[in-house]
Amino acid sequence: MLRSKFQLLVDSVSMFFLITIGIFFFPVRATAESLTIRGSTTVLPIAQKAAERYMNLHPAANISISGGGSGTGIKALLDGSVDIANTSRPMKAKEVKIAQKRGITPWEYIIAKDGIAVIVHPKNPVSALTKAQLKRIYTGRIKNWAELGGFNKEIVVVSRETTSGTFECFNKIVLKKAKVTPRALLQAANATLVQTVSQTKGAIGYVGIGYLDRRVKALKIEGVYPTVETLADGTYPISRPLFMYTNGKPKGLAARFIDFILGPEGQRIVREEGFIPIK
Amino acid sequence: MFSRKTREICIEKLFLLFASTSIVILLLIAAFLFKEGLPIIEVVSPLRFLFGKSWYPTYEPPEFGILPLITGSLVVTLGAVLIAIPLGVATAIYLSEVAHPRVREVLKPAVELLAGVPSVVYGFFGLVIVAPWIQDLFELPTGLTALTASIMLGIMASPTVISISEDALSSVPLSYREASLALGTTRWHTAIRVTVPAALSGICTACILGMARAIEETMTVLMVAGGAAVIPRTFLQPVRPMTANIIAEMGEAVHGSDHYHALFAIGVVLFFVTLAINLVADFISHRFKETGSGTL
Repeated sequence: MLRSKFQLLVDSVSMFFLITIGIFFFPVRATAESLTIRGSTTVLPIAQKAAERYMNLHPAANISISGGGSGTGIKALLDGSVDIANTSRPMKAKEVKIAQKRGITPWEYIIAKDGIAVIVHPKNPVSALTKAQLKRIYTGRIKNWAELGGFNKEIVVVSRETTSGTFECFNKIVLKKAKVTPRALLQAANATLVQTVSQTKGAIGYVGIGYLDRRVKALKIEGVYPTVETLADGTYPISRPLFMYTNGKPKGLAARFIDFILGPEGQRIVREEGFIPIK
Repeated sequence: MFSRKTREICIEKLFLLFASTSIVILLLIAAFLFKEGLPIIEVVSPLRFLFGKSWYPTYEPPEFGILPLITGSLVVTLGAVLIAIPLGVATAIYLSEVAHPRVREVLKPAVELLAGVPSVVYGFFGLVIVAPWIQDLFELPTGLTALTASIMLGIMASPTVISISEDALSSVPLSYREASLALGTTRWHTAIRVTVPAALSGICTACILGMARAIEETMTVLMVAGGAAVIPRTFLQPVRPMTANIIAEMGEAVHGSDHYHALFAIGVVLFFVTLAINLVADFISHRFKETGSGTL
Protein backbone atom coordinates (compact mmCIF):
# COMPACT_ATOMS: atom_id res chain seq x y z
CA MET A 1 0.00 0.00 0.00
CA LEU A 2 2.67 2.45 1.08
CA ARG A 3 4.89 1.27 -1.75
CA SER A 4 2.26 1.85 -4.39
CA LYS A 5 1.54 5.31 -3.02
CA PHE A 6 5.23 6.09 -3.20
CA GLN A 7 5.30 4.77 -6.76
CA LEU A 8 2.38 7.03 -7.64
CA LEU A 9 4.19 10.01 -6.16
CA VAL A 10 7.36 9.26 -8.13
CA ASP A 11 5.29 8.81 -11.29
CA SER A 12 3.44 12.06 -10.88
CA VAL A 13 6.59 14.00 -10.07
CA SER A 14 8.37 12.65 -13.13
CA MET A 15 5.31 13.35 -15.28
CA PHE A 16 5.32 16.91 -13.99
CA PHE A 17 8.95 17.35 -14.96
CA LEU A 18 8.41 15.84 -18.39
CA ILE A 19 5.50 18.19 -19.05
CA THR A 20 7.47 21.19 -17.82
CA ILE A 21 10.40 20.26 -20.04
CA GLY A 22 7.96 19.74 -22.90
CA ILE A 23 6.46 23.19 -22.42
CA PHE A 24 9.88 24.78 -22.36
CA PHE A 25 11.26 23.04 -25.41
CA PHE A 26 8.26 22.65 -27.69
CA PRO A 27 7.96 26.27 -28.86
CA VAL A 28 11.69 26.46 -29.48
CA ARG A 29 11.44 23.51 -31.82
CA ALA A 30 8.44 25.00 -33.57
CA THR A 31 9.60 28.62 -34.02
CA ALA A 32 10.19 28.11 -37.74
CA GLU A 33 6.44 28.02 -38.38
CA SER A 34 4.75 29.64 -35.42
CA LEU A 35 2.97 32.95 -35.08
CA THR A 36 1.56 34.71 -32.02
CA ILE A 37 -1.21 37.27 -32.29
CA ARG A 38 -2.75 39.39 -29.56
CA GLY A 39 -5.09 42.33 -29.22
CA SER A 40 -8.60 43.67 -29.74
CA THR A 41 -11.53 41.48 -28.72
CA THR A 42 -13.41 42.92 -31.72
CA VAL A 43 -10.89 41.58 -34.24
CA LEU A 44 -10.57 38.31 -32.31
CA PRO A 45 -13.35 36.32 -34.08
CA ILE A 46 -11.95 37.17 -37.54
CA ALA A 47 -8.40 36.31 -36.57
CA GLN A 48 -9.49 33.08 -34.88
CA LYS A 49 -11.55 31.83 -37.83
CA ALA A 50 -8.84 32.83 -40.30
CA ALA A 51 -6.19 31.03 -38.24
CA GLU A 52 -8.31 27.86 -38.07
CA ARG A 53 -8.79 27.83 -41.84
CA TYR A 54 -5.17 28.67 -42.47
CA MET A 55 -3.93 25.89 -40.19
CA ASN A 56 -6.29 23.43 -41.90
CA LEU A 57 -4.77 24.35 -45.25
CA HIS A 58 -1.20 24.43 -43.91
CA PRO A 59 -0.87 21.92 -41.05
CA ALA A 60 2.76 22.90 -40.41
CA ALA A 61 1.76 26.41 -39.32
CA ASN A 62 1.15 27.00 -35.65
CA ILE A 63 -0.81 30.17 -34.92
CA SER A 64 -1.81 31.15 -31.40
CA ILE A 65 -4.22 33.99 -30.77
CA SER A 66 -5.43 35.78 -27.67
CA GLY A 67 -7.59 38.82 -26.90
CA GLY A 68 -6.94 41.33 -24.14
CA GLY A 69 -7.73 44.54 -25.99
CA SER A 70 -6.14 46.86 -28.54
CA GLY A 71 -3.77 48.48 -26.05
CA THR A 72 -2.62 45.10 -24.75
CA GLY A 73 -1.89 43.97 -28.30
CA ILE A 74 0.20 47.05 -29.08
CA LYS A 75 2.04 46.79 -25.78
CA ALA A 76 2.89 43.17 -26.60
CA LEU A 77 4.09 44.17 -30.08
CA LEU A 78 6.31 46.88 -28.58
CA ASP A 79 7.67 44.38 -26.04
CA GLY A 80 8.44 42.01 -28.90
CA SER A 81 6.32 39.24 -27.40
CA VAL A 82 3.92 38.92 -30.37
CA ASP A 83 4.29 38.98 -34.16
CA ILE A 84 0.97 40.66 -34.94
CA ALA A 85 -1.13 43.09 -32.86
CA ASN A 86 -4.85 43.33 -33.65
CA THR A 87 -6.43 46.69 -32.93
CA SER A 88 -9.76 48.37 -33.41
CA ARG A 89 -8.17 51.83 -33.40
CA PRO A 90 -5.10 53.35 -35.05
CA MET A 91 -1.92 53.50 -33.00
CA LYS A 92 -1.68 56.55 -30.74
CA ALA A 93 1.06 59.15 -31.01
CA LYS A 94 2.45 58.13 -27.63
CA GLU A 95 2.68 54.48 -28.72
CA VAL A 96 4.41 55.44 -31.98
CA LYS A 97 6.93 57.42 -29.94
CA ILE A 98 7.67 54.41 -27.71
CA ALA A 99 8.03 52.23 -30.82
CA GLN A 100 10.61 54.64 -32.28
CA LYS A 101 12.54 54.64 -29.02
CA ARG A 102 12.72 50.85 -29.09
CA GLY A 103 13.64 50.65 -32.76
CA ILE A 104 10.32 49.18 -33.84
CA THR A 105 8.67 50.24 -37.12
CA PRO A 106 4.91 49.63 -36.84
CA TRP A 107 3.53 48.37 -40.15
CA GLU A 108 -0.19 48.94 -40.56
CA TYR A 109 -2.79 46.86 -42.42
CA ILE A 110 -6.52 47.62 -42.56
CA ILE A 111 -8.14 44.20 -42.69
CA ALA A 112 -11.86 44.97 -42.38
CA LYS A 113 -14.43 47.57 -41.43
CA ASP A 114 -16.67 47.27 -38.40
CA GLY A 115 -19.99 48.87 -37.54
CA ILE A 116 -20.99 49.65 -33.99
CA ALA A 117 -24.58 48.62 -33.31
CA VAL A 118 -26.56 50.30 -30.55
CA ILE A 119 -28.47 47.61 -28.65
CA VAL A 120 -31.37 47.47 -26.19
CA HIS A 121 -33.39 44.75 -24.46
CA PRO A 122 -35.64 42.90 -26.98
CA LYS A 123 -38.77 44.00 -25.07
CA ASN A 124 -37.89 47.68 -25.43
CA PRO A 125 -40.45 49.34 -27.80
CA VAL A 126 -37.99 52.02 -29.00
CA SER A 127 -36.47 50.95 -32.31
CA ALA A 128 -34.77 54.04 -33.72
CA LEU A 129 -32.69 56.89 -32.33
CA THR A 130 -30.72 59.80 -33.74
CA LYS A 131 -27.08 60.49 -32.96
CA ALA A 132 -28.13 63.59 -31.03
CA GLN A 133 -30.51 61.53 -28.86
CA LEU A 134 -27.77 58.96 -28.25
CA LYS A 135 -25.42 61.67 -27.13
CA ARG A 136 -27.98 63.03 -24.68
CA ILE A 137 -28.60 59.51 -23.30
CA TYR A 138 -24.91 58.77 -22.82
CA THR A 139 -24.12 62.12 -21.22
CA GLY A 140 -26.98 61.55 -18.76
CA ARG A 141 -29.31 64.34 -19.98
CA ILE A 142 -32.12 61.92 -20.98
CA LYS A 143 -32.79 59.62 -18.04
CA ASN A 144 -36.05 57.79 -18.82
CA TRP A 145 -37.27 55.86 -21.86
CA ALA A 146 -40.59 57.74 -21.59
CA GLU A 147 -38.79 60.87 -22.85
CA LEU A 148 -38.09 58.96 -26.08
CA GLY A 149 -41.61 57.60 -26.48
CA GLY A 150 -40.85 54.30 -24.79
CA PHE A 151 -41.98 52.71 -21.52
CA ASN A 152 -41.62 54.43 -18.16
CA LYS A 153 -38.31 52.92 -17.10
CA GLU A 154 -35.03 54.45 -16.03
CA ILE A 155 -32.40 54.20 -18.78
CA VAL A 156 -29.47 52.02 -17.69
CA VAL A 157 -26.55 53.32 -19.71
CA VAL A 158 -24.04 50.57 -20.47
CA SER A 159 -20.74 51.49 -22.06
CA ARG A 160 -17.46 49.76 -22.84
CA GLU A 161 -14.46 50.68 -20.67
CA THR A 162 -13.23 54.15 -21.61
CA THR A 163 -9.91 52.60 -22.64
CA SER A 164 -11.34 50.26 -25.27
CA GLY A 165 -11.10 50.79 -29.03
CA THR A 166 -14.87 50.39 -29.37
CA PHE A 167 -15.45 53.18 -26.84
CA GLU A 168 -12.97 55.41 -28.63
CA CYS A 169 -14.87 55.06 -31.91
CA PHE A 170 -18.27 55.60 -30.25
CA ASN A 171 -16.84 58.56 -28.38
CA LYS A 172 -15.51 60.19 -31.54
CA ILE A 173 -18.59 59.66 -33.73
CA VAL A 174 -21.50 59.89 -31.28
CA LEU A 175 -20.37 61.71 -28.16
CA LYS A 176 -17.96 64.07 -29.96
CA LYS A 177 -15.70 63.72 -26.88
CA ALA A 178 -18.37 64.77 -24.37
CA LYS A 179 -18.09 62.91 -21.06
CA VAL A 180 -20.08 59.74 -20.51
CA THR A 181 -22.23 60.00 -17.38
CA PRO A 182 -20.35 58.54 -14.40
CA ARG A 183 -23.48 56.47 -13.67
CA ALA A 184 -22.81 54.36 -16.77
CA LEU A 185 -22.05 50.68 -16.16
CA LEU A 186 -18.68 49.98 -17.75
CA GLN A 187 -18.11 46.55 -19.29
CA ALA A 188 -14.71 45.13 -20.08
CA ALA A 189 -15.68 43.06 -23.14
CA ASN A 190 -18.22 42.95 -25.96
CA ALA A 191 -19.65 39.60 -24.83
CA THR A 192 -20.32 40.66 -21.22
CA LEU A 193 -21.93 43.86 -22.48
CA VAL A 194 -24.40 41.83 -24.58
CA GLN A 195 -25.07 39.62 -21.52
CA THR A 196 -25.77 42.66 -19.32
CA VAL A 197 -28.10 44.33 -21.83
CA SER A 198 -29.96 41.07 -22.44
CA GLN A 199 -30.85 40.74 -18.76
CA THR A 200 -31.62 44.42 -18.05
CA LYS A 201 -34.95 45.73 -19.35
CA GLY A 202 -34.03 49.42 -19.38
CA ALA A 203 -30.48 49.00 -20.69
CA ILE A 204 -28.84 50.55 -23.73
CA GLY A 205 -25.38 49.55 -24.93
CA TYR A 206 -23.21 49.33 -28.04
CA VAL A 207 -21.12 46.52 -29.56
CA GLY A 208 -19.28 45.61 -32.74
CA ILE A 209 -21.91 44.14 -35.08
CA GLY A 210 -20.07 40.81 -35.08
CA TYR A 211 -21.38 40.37 -31.53
CA LEU A 212 -25.08 40.96 -32.30
CA ASP A 213 -27.32 38.04 -31.41
CA ARG A 214 -30.96 37.25 -30.65
CA ARG A 215 -30.76 38.13 -26.99
CA VAL A 216 -30.65 41.87 -27.83
CA LYS A 217 -32.25 44.26 -30.30
CA ALA A 218 -30.20 46.56 -32.56
CA LEU A 219 -31.57 50.06 -33.15
CA LYS A 220 -31.81 52.09 -36.34
CA ILE A 221 -29.48 55.08 -36.10
CA GLU A 222 -30.48 58.12 -38.17
CA GLY A 223 -33.09 55.83 -39.74
CA VAL A 224 -30.57 53.21 -40.93
CA TYR A 225 -30.38 49.65 -39.56
CA PRO A 226 -26.83 48.26 -39.20
CA THR A 227 -26.26 45.55 -41.81
CA VAL A 228 -23.28 44.53 -43.91
CA GLU A 229 -24.85 46.41 -46.88
CA THR A 230 -25.60 49.70 -45.10
CA LEU A 231 -22.10 49.62 -43.63
CA ALA A 232 -20.41 48.83 -46.93
CA ASP A 233 -22.15 51.71 -48.72
CA GLY A 234 -21.50 54.04 -45.80
CA THR A 235 -25.12 54.96 -44.99
CA TYR A 236 -24.89 53.56 -41.41
CA PRO A 237 -23.13 56.30 -39.48
CA ILE A 238 -21.08 54.51 -36.79
CA SER A 239 -18.22 52.54 -38.33
CA ARG A 240 -14.46 52.23 -38.14
CA PRO A 241 -11.55 50.35 -39.70
CA LEU A 242 -9.91 47.33 -37.99
CA PHE A 243 -6.15 46.95 -38.05
CA MET A 244 -3.32 44.46 -37.81
CA TYR A 245 0.13 45.78 -36.93
CA THR A 246 3.49 44.08 -37.40
CA ASN A 247 7.03 45.15 -36.58
CA GLY A 248 8.41 46.24 -39.97
CA LYS A 249 7.29 44.67 -43.22
CA PRO A 250 6.16 41.16 -42.25
CA LYS A 251 8.13 38.14 -43.39
CA GLY A 252 7.47 34.40 -43.46
CA LEU A 253 4.34 33.09 -41.82
CA ALA A 254 3.19 36.54 -40.65
CA ALA A 255 3.30 37.85 -44.25
CA ARG A 256 1.52 34.78 -45.61
CA PHE A 257 -1.17 34.93 -42.91
CA ILE A 258 -1.90 38.63 -43.53
CA ASP A 259 -2.00 37.95 -47.30
CA PHE A 260 -4.49 35.18 -46.55
CA ILE A 261 -6.74 37.54 -44.56
CA LEU A 262 -6.57 40.23 -47.25
CA GLY A 263 -7.19 37.63 -49.99
CA PRO A 264 -10.60 36.35 -51.17
CA GLU A 265 -10.79 33.51 -48.61
CA GLY A 266 -9.93 35.79 -45.68
CA GLN A 267 -12.33 38.51 -46.77
CA ARG A 268 -15.07 35.87 -47.03
CA ILE A 269 -14.39 35.04 -43.35
CA VAL A 270 -14.62 38.77 -42.56
CA ARG A 271 -18.12 38.81 -44.11
CA GLU A 272 -19.15 35.55 -42.40
CA GLU A 273 -18.22 37.00 -39.01
CA GLY A 274 -20.45 40.02 -39.64
CA PHE A 275 -17.79 42.56 -40.57
CA ILE A 276 -17.34 44.47 -43.80
CA PRO A 277 -14.70 43.37 -46.29
CA ILE A 278 -12.39 46.09 -47.52
CA LYS A 279 -12.29 44.84 -51.11
CA MET B 1 34.04 15.51 3.96
CA PHE B 2 33.15 18.68 5.81
CA SER B 3 33.14 18.90 9.53
CA ARG B 4 29.77 18.82 11.23
CA LYS B 5 30.15 22.47 12.17
CA THR B 6 30.77 23.61 8.59
CA ARG B 7 27.77 21.65 7.40
CA GLU B 8 25.66 23.18 10.14
CA ILE B 9 26.69 26.69 9.10
CA CYS B 10 26.10 25.96 5.42
CA ILE B 11 22.62 24.66 6.07
CA GLU B 12 21.84 27.62 8.30
CA LYS B 13 22.91 30.09 5.61
CA LEU B 14 20.92 28.19 2.99
CA PHE B 15 17.76 28.49 5.04
CA LEU B 16 18.47 32.16 5.69
CA LEU B 17 18.71 32.63 1.93
CA PHE B 18 15.37 30.92 1.36
CA ALA B 19 13.74 32.93 4.12
CA SER B 20 15.04 36.23 2.82
CA THR B 21 14.02 35.48 -0.78
CA SER B 22 10.37 36.12 -0.06
CA ILE B 23 11.16 39.37 1.75
CA VAL B 24 13.39 40.53 -1.10
CA ILE B 25 10.66 39.75 -3.62
CA LEU B 26 8.14 41.67 -1.53
CA LEU B 27 10.48 44.66 -1.32
CA LEU B 28 11.09 44.56 -5.06
CA ILE B 29 7.37 44.49 -5.77
CA ALA B 30 6.81 47.42 -3.41
CA ALA B 31 9.69 49.35 -4.98
CA PHE B 32 8.30 48.71 -8.47
CA LEU B 33 4.82 49.77 -7.37
CA PHE B 34 6.13 53.06 -5.98
CA LYS B 35 8.42 53.71 -8.94
CA GLU B 36 5.53 53.36 -11.39
CA GLY B 37 2.90 55.02 -9.19
CA LEU B 38 4.63 58.10 -7.78
CA PRO B 39 5.11 60.03 -11.07
CA ILE B 40 1.36 60.79 -11.02
CA ILE B 41 2.16 63.45 -8.37
CA GLU B 42 3.61 65.58 -11.17
CA VAL B 43 0.19 65.63 -12.86
CA VAL B 44 -2.25 65.89 -9.95
CA SER B 45 -1.63 66.75 -6.32
CA PRO B 46 -2.03 63.82 -3.90
CA LEU B 47 -5.09 65.50 -2.36
CA ARG B 48 -6.79 66.00 -5.72
CA PHE B 49 -5.96 62.39 -6.55
CA LEU B 50 -7.36 60.92 -3.34
CA PHE B 51 -10.38 63.19 -2.95
CA GLY B 52 -11.21 64.10 -6.55
CA LYS B 53 -14.74 63.08 -7.42
CA SER B 54 -14.40 62.26 -11.09
CA TRP B 55 -12.42 59.56 -12.83
CA TYR B 56 -12.06 60.32 -16.56
CA PRO B 57 -8.59 59.00 -17.34
CA THR B 58 -8.83 58.95 -21.14
CA TYR B 59 -10.36 62.36 -21.80
CA GLU B 60 -8.65 65.59 -22.77
CA PRO B 61 -7.88 66.93 -20.18
CA PRO B 62 -7.97 63.77 -18.06
CA GLU B 63 -9.35 63.73 -14.52
CA PHE B 64 -7.77 61.44 -11.97
CA GLY B 65 -9.96 61.56 -8.87
CA ILE B 66 -10.24 58.21 -7.11
CA LEU B 67 -12.68 59.03 -4.30
CA PRO B 68 -15.50 57.13 -6.10
CA LEU B 69 -13.17 54.12 -6.42
CA ILE B 70 -12.07 54.23 -2.77
CA THR B 71 -15.65 54.56 -1.52
CA GLY B 72 -16.67 51.79 -3.92
CA SER B 73 -14.09 49.45 -2.39
CA LEU B 74 -15.07 50.44 1.15
CA VAL B 75 -18.82 49.99 0.63
CA VAL B 76 -18.41 46.59 -1.00
CA THR B 77 -15.98 45.45 1.71
CA LEU B 78 -18.23 46.72 4.51
CA GLY B 79 -21.13 44.73 3.08
CA ALA B 80 -18.97 41.64 2.66
CA VAL B 81 -17.75 41.90 6.27
CA LEU B 82 -21.31 42.25 7.55
CA ILE B 83 -22.13 38.98 5.82
CA ALA B 84 -18.90 37.03 6.33
CA ILE B 85 -18.26 37.69 10.03
CA PRO B 86 -21.59 36.54 11.56
CA LEU B 87 -21.75 33.64 9.09
CA GLY B 88 -18.10 32.67 9.57
CA VAL B 89 -17.88 33.00 13.34
CA ALA B 90 -21.16 31.18 13.92
CA THR B 91 -20.06 28.35 11.62
CA ALA B 92 -16.74 28.12 13.43
CA ILE B 93 -18.46 27.91 16.85
CA TYR B 94 -20.78 25.22 15.52
CA LEU B 95 -17.92 23.25 14.00
CA SER B 96 -15.68 23.34 17.04
CA GLU B 97 -18.19 23.30 19.93
CA VAL B 98 -21.41 21.67 18.79
CA ALA B 99 -21.00 19.52 15.69
CA HIS B 100 -20.76 15.77 15.95
CA PRO B 101 -17.26 14.66 14.86
CA ARG B 102 -18.71 12.92 11.79
CA VAL B 103 -20.57 16.05 10.70
CA ARG B 104 -17.40 18.04 11.22
CA GLU B 105 -15.45 15.61 9.06
CA VAL B 106 -17.78 16.41 6.16
CA LEU B 107 -18.29 20.12 6.80
CA LYS B 108 -14.69 21.21 7.31
CA PRO B 109 -13.39 19.93 3.96
CA ALA B 110 -16.52 21.37 2.31
CA VAL B 111 -15.73 24.81 3.73
CA GLU B 112 -12.13 24.51 2.58
CA LEU B 113 -13.35 23.50 -0.86
CA LEU B 114 -15.37 26.72 -0.95
CA ALA B 115 -12.10 28.61 -0.58
CA GLY B 116 -10.68 26.77 -3.58
CA VAL B 117 -13.38 27.76 -6.08
CA PRO B 118 -11.85 30.17 -8.64
CA SER B 119 -13.10 33.75 -8.26
CA VAL B 120 -14.21 33.93 -11.88
CA VAL B 121 -16.69 31.14 -11.11
CA TYR B 122 -18.11 33.18 -8.23
CA GLY B 123 -18.25 36.16 -10.57
CA PHE B 124 -20.15 34.22 -13.21
CA PHE B 125 -22.57 32.85 -10.63
CA GLY B 126 -23.13 36.39 -9.33
CA LEU B 127 -23.67 37.77 -12.82
CA VAL B 128 -26.11 35.14 -14.02
CA ILE B 129 -27.95 34.08 -10.83
CA VAL B 130 -27.59 36.64 -8.02
CA ALA B 131 -27.76 39.87 -10.06
CA PRO B 132 -31.13 39.12 -11.75
CA TRP B 133 -32.47 38.01 -8.36
CA ILE B 134 -31.42 41.27 -6.66
CA GLN B 135 -32.83 43.21 -9.62
CA ASP B 136 -36.26 41.57 -9.25
CA LEU B 137 -36.27 41.61 -5.45
CA PHE B 138 -35.67 45.36 -5.11
CA GLU B 139 -37.18 46.28 -8.50
CA LEU B 140 -33.95 47.97 -9.54
CA PRO B 141 -33.04 49.13 -13.04
CA THR B 142 -29.94 46.87 -12.82
CA GLY B 143 -28.88 44.01 -10.56
CA LEU B 144 -25.17 44.81 -10.82
CA THR B 145 -24.85 46.65 -7.51
CA ALA B 146 -22.63 47.00 -4.46
CA LEU B 147 -24.98 44.62 -2.63
CA THR B 148 -24.51 41.89 -5.27
CA ALA B 149 -20.74 42.26 -4.99
CA SER B 150 -20.96 42.25 -1.17
CA ILE B 151 -22.95 39.01 -1.15
CA MET B 152 -20.45 37.28 -3.43
CA LEU B 153 -17.46 38.60 -1.48
CA GLY B 154 -19.12 37.65 1.81
CA ILE B 155 -19.41 34.07 0.60
CA MET B 156 -15.83 34.14 -0.65
CA ALA B 157 -14.39 35.59 2.55
CA SER B 158 -16.26 33.29 4.93
CA PRO B 159 -13.96 30.23 4.48
CA THR B 160 -11.04 32.39 5.67
CA VAL B 161 -13.02 33.53 8.71
CA ILE B 162 -14.26 30.01 9.43
CA SER B 163 -10.95 28.14 9.25
CA ILE B 164 -8.95 30.64 11.30
CA SER B 165 -11.66 31.09 13.95
CA GLU B 166 -12.10 27.35 14.16
CA ASP B 167 -8.36 26.85 14.68
CA ALA B 168 -8.44 29.46 17.42
CA LEU B 169 -11.43 27.82 19.13
CA SER B 170 -9.97 24.31 18.96
CA SER B 171 -6.70 25.45 20.49
CA VAL B 172 -8.52 26.55 23.66
CA PRO B 173 -7.49 23.86 26.16
CA LEU B 174 -10.10 21.26 27.06
CA SER B 175 -9.49 22.03 30.73
CA TYR B 176 -11.20 25.46 30.34
CA ARG B 177 -14.36 23.82 29.04
CA GLU B 178 -14.24 21.05 31.62
CA ALA B 179 -13.83 23.56 34.43
CA SER B 180 -16.78 25.54 33.18
CA LEU B 181 -19.01 22.49 32.73
CA ALA B 182 -18.00 21.23 36.16
CA LEU B 183 -19.44 24.43 37.62
CA GLY B 184 -22.79 23.37 36.20
CA THR B 185 -23.06 25.67 33.18
CA THR B 186 -24.68 24.63 29.90
CA ARG B 187 -22.69 23.94 26.74
CA TRP B 188 -24.04 27.14 25.19
CA HIS B 189 -22.94 29.16 28.20
CA THR B 190 -19.51 27.53 28.11
CA ALA B 191 -19.08 28.25 24.41
CA ILE B 192 -20.15 31.89 24.66
CA ARG B 193 -18.67 32.85 28.03
CA VAL B 194 -15.52 30.72 28.16
CA THR B 195 -14.32 29.33 24.84
CA VAL B 196 -15.06 32.32 22.60
CA PRO B 197 -13.50 34.92 24.96
CA ALA B 198 -10.43 32.68 25.32
CA ALA B 199 -10.08 32.52 21.54
CA LEU B 200 -11.01 36.16 20.94
CA SER B 201 -7.65 37.30 19.58
CA GLY B 202 -7.70 34.49 17.02
CA ILE B 203 -11.28 35.26 16.03
CA CYS B 204 -10.47 38.96 15.56
CA THR B 205 -7.49 38.05 13.40
CA ALA B 206 -9.79 35.81 11.37
CA CYS B 207 -12.28 38.63 10.82
CA ILE B 208 -9.60 41.07 9.75
CA LEU B 209 -8.00 38.60 7.35
CA GLY B 210 -11.48 37.95 5.95
CA MET B 211 -11.82 41.69 5.41
CA ALA B 212 -8.46 41.77 3.64
CA ARG B 213 -9.65 38.92 1.45
CA ALA B 214 -12.71 40.96 0.48
CA ILE B 215 -10.92 44.21 -0.27
CA GLU B 216 -8.28 42.61 -2.49
CA GLU B 217 -10.69 40.49 -4.56
CA THR B 218 -10.61 41.58 -8.19
CA MET B 219 -12.26 39.33 -10.74
CA THR B 220 -15.60 38.90 -8.96
CA VAL B 221 -16.11 42.61 -8.32
CA LEU B 222 -15.16 43.38 -11.91
CA MET B 223 -17.96 41.10 -13.04
CA VAL B 224 -20.76 41.93 -10.60
CA ALA B 225 -20.23 45.41 -9.12
CA GLY B 226 -21.41 47.24 -12.25
CA GLY B 227 -18.36 49.43 -12.77
CA ALA B 228 -19.88 52.91 -12.53
CA ALA B 229 -17.42 55.38 -11.02
CA VAL B 230 -19.84 57.29 -8.76
CA ILE B 231 -19.71 57.74 -5.00
CA PRO B 232 -22.39 55.31 -3.78
CA ARG B 233 -25.22 56.57 -1.58
CA THR B 234 -26.86 53.17 -1.01
CA PHE B 235 -25.93 49.51 -1.31
CA LEU B 236 -28.25 49.22 -4.30
CA GLN B 237 -26.12 51.30 -6.65
CA PRO B 238 -23.44 50.14 -9.09
CA VAL B 239 -19.90 50.86 -7.86
CA ARG B 240 -16.37 50.61 -9.20
CA PRO B 241 -13.93 49.27 -6.59
CA MET B 242 -10.20 50.08 -6.95
CA THR B 243 -9.18 46.53 -7.86
CA ALA B 244 -11.79 46.28 -10.62
CA ASN B 245 -10.70 49.63 -11.99
CA ILE B 246 -7.06 48.58 -12.20
CA ILE B 247 -7.76 45.30 -13.95
CA ALA B 248 -10.30 46.82 -16.34
CA GLU B 249 -8.01 49.60 -17.53
CA MET B 250 -4.46 48.31 -17.16
CA GLY B 251 -4.65 46.20 -20.32
CA GLU B 252 -5.49 49.20 -22.47
CA ALA B 253 -3.56 52.01 -20.78
CA VAL B 254 -0.70 53.29 -22.90
CA HIS B 255 2.54 52.13 -21.29
CA GLY B 256 4.25 55.00 -19.46
CA SER B 257 1.32 57.44 -19.80
CA ASP B 258 -0.22 59.45 -16.96
CA HIS B 259 -3.11 57.00 -16.92
CA TYR B 260 -0.68 54.09 -16.47
CA HIS B 261 1.01 55.85 -13.53
CA ALA B 262 -2.40 56.70 -12.04
CA LEU B 263 -3.37 53.00 -12.08
CA PHE B 264 -0.16 52.10 -10.26
CA ALA B 265 -0.84 54.89 -7.78
CA ILE B 266 -4.19 53.22 -7.05
CA GLY B 267 -2.12 50.08 -6.43
CA VAL B 268 -0.07 52.09 -3.91
CA VAL B 269 -3.27 53.18 -2.14
CA LEU B 270 -4.42 49.55 -1.99
CA PHE B 271 -1.00 48.57 -0.67
CA PHE B 272 -1.36 51.01 2.23
CA VAL B 273 -4.92 49.88 2.95
CA THR B 274 -3.81 46.24 3.15
CA LEU B 275 -0.77 47.21 5.22
CA ALA B 276 -3.03 49.08 7.66
CA ILE B 277 -5.37 46.09 7.91
CA ASN B 278 -2.46 43.77 8.67
CA LEU B 279 -1.04 46.13 11.29
CA VAL B 280 -4.42 46.33 13.00
CA ALA B 281 -4.68 42.53 12.93
CA ASP B 282 -1.24 42.24 14.45
CA PHE B 283 -2.05 44.81 17.12
CA ILE B 284 -5.28 43.07 18.07
CA SER B 285 -3.75 39.63 18.27
CA HIS B 286 -1.10 40.99 20.68
CA ARG B 287 -3.40 43.26 22.64
CA PHE B 288 -6.02 40.64 23.42
CA LYS B 289 -3.63 37.78 23.77
CA GLU B 290 -4.81 35.27 26.35
CA THR B 291 -1.90 34.82 28.71
CA GLY B 292 -2.86 31.35 29.91
CA SER B 293 -2.30 28.16 28.01
CA GLY B 294 -5.14 28.99 25.62
CA THR B 295 -3.06 31.16 23.30
CA LEU B 296 -3.33 30.60 19.57
